Amino acid sequence: MRRVLPALALPVVLIAAWWVASAGSTSFFWPPLRTIVEAFPRTWTADPLVNDVLPSLARLAIGYLAAVVAGVALGVAIGSSRTLRELSEPLLEFLRAVPPPVLVPVIALFAGYTGWTSKIITIALGCVWPVLLNTIEGVRSLDEVLRDTARSYRFGRVATLWHVVLRGASPRIVTGARQALSIGVILMVISELFGADRGLGAAIVQFQRGFAIPQMWTGIILLGLIGVALSGLFRLVEHRTLAWYRGLRQAERGA
Amino acid sequence: MTVVSLPGRASARPVSLGLLGLAAAVALLELLPRLGIVDSRFLPPFSAMVRSLAEQATTAAFWTATGQTLRGWALGLAIAMAAGIAAGVVVGSVPLLRALTASTIEFLRPIPSVALIPLVVLIYGSEMPSALVLVVYASFWQVLVQVLYGVADVDPVVRDTARSYRFSRRAIVRTVVWPTAMPYVVTGFRLAASVALILEITAELIIGVPGLGRSIGLAQSSGAVAETYALVLVVGVIGVLVNVLARAVEKRALRWHTSVRRDL
Repeated sequence: MRRVLPALALPVVLIAAWWVASAGSTSFFWPPLRTIVEAFPRTWTADPLVNDVLPSLARLAIGYLAAVVAGVALGVAIGSSRTLRELSEPLLEFLRAVPPPVLVPVIALFAGYTGWTSKIITIALGCVWPVLLNTIEGVRSLDEVLRDTARSYRFGRVATLWHVVLRGASPRIVTGARQALSIGVILMVISELFGADRGLGAAIVQFQRGFAIPQMWTGIILLGLIGVALSGLFRLVEHRTLAWYRGLRQAERGA
Repeated sequence: MTVVSLPGRASARPVSLGLLGLAAAVALLELLPRLGIVDSRFLPPFSAMVRSLAEQATTAAFWTATGQTLRGWALGLAIAMAAGIAAGVVVGSVPLLRALTASTIEFLRPIPSVALIPLVVLIYGSEMPSALVLVVYASFWQVLVQVLYGVADVDPVVRDTARSYRFSRRAIVRTVVWPTAMPYVVTGFRLAASVALILEITAELIIGVPGLGRSIGLAQSSGAVAETYALVLVVGVIGVLVNVLARAVEKRALRWHTSVRRDL
């Protein structure tokens, strides 16, 4: 209770303040919170949920997971070879530095910008760099002794890869995956703003263009909730996969 | 000797190999369309991109757009840094405030800044403030969270010592909190710098705020393929420069710090 109270206090105050401050609002852009809350269930009924929100999330999931798998696979390959690493380093630095949204017009050149494929490619191409670079760095900084120990114990290639390389690099991989997730959410929305299509981002812009302001606000709030839910989900996965690492760090600090 | 690896460990081999890698990528970009493996309507040869870039570099519009992008980026980043540091130091130094705001920060931070696009379009249209709001919102959290980590990292013994010697609040912030938080602030700066560029380009591309992003969108929709790629390359180079700059700032601001100093 003592921990829950401070966690809830400020959000409650802020929402109450928004509610009260906007209660009599006649401003076109800032409708009363009451109106927004009332519009929410009317706006996000089963139809837009199934036809806009779920496809958006599905595209994000496919693109993101493809990026993580590709990034880790490539990262292990590049990170394990010094020559490969030095060969590719400046190129990867450049590719990472390109702001991912400019991918949208480039991909639009190839395939137009309708349908799932172009959007998934956008998300995957944007998400892959942080995963890739962090995996390379994680594999590079593996403890030499661990590798040698694995060799002495005649671990097979697969066992070494799984228990030593991937395990050892996993804290960095998770860092990369976290950065990639927020880029993925941005690209999910942007890819839908670009082509006139269906999807969560497209729906919000439709509301804005049609001056359906309370509905637009519900979309912004829904997007915010999705962002929060995804980061919560990510933390759950991180918590499970890196439990050994937290224990190790705590032991090292003598806690 | 330092144990923390920093960028800029110069040695001849990696540089030449890296250049080889870049050259191979350029050659690939040149050959794929020339040999007809990729349609040159979608991917023009690298030489065509460079030629288009050279043409654009002689126009005033190109340099205006570059200036607008850089200005929006720098201004947004500066505001986010100032606000993030101020809020972080205040909130981080007061345990009660920290406990009260923790959940709110955790909630607001993952809200994707692009969710605000429809709102800023309504309020500011495709003008510079639209981009500024997005840039500041996105980079503010990066700075704030790092500063909070940094302030929490202050050694309690050092703080209590300063208090025993009756350091004033200001003196404690200046001599105890700030030096501890500095490495975190610089990390926040590095993260915020690249996020700010992403959002600046996004705003230009999607909303049509003047700048390089809008030029890319216009070039693409008018079918100027080589020009599109040339501008993408320019934006990439700016991205690299932003990273280089951030690392240089990091090195300079932390030159007293044990992770950077070499003569220990």
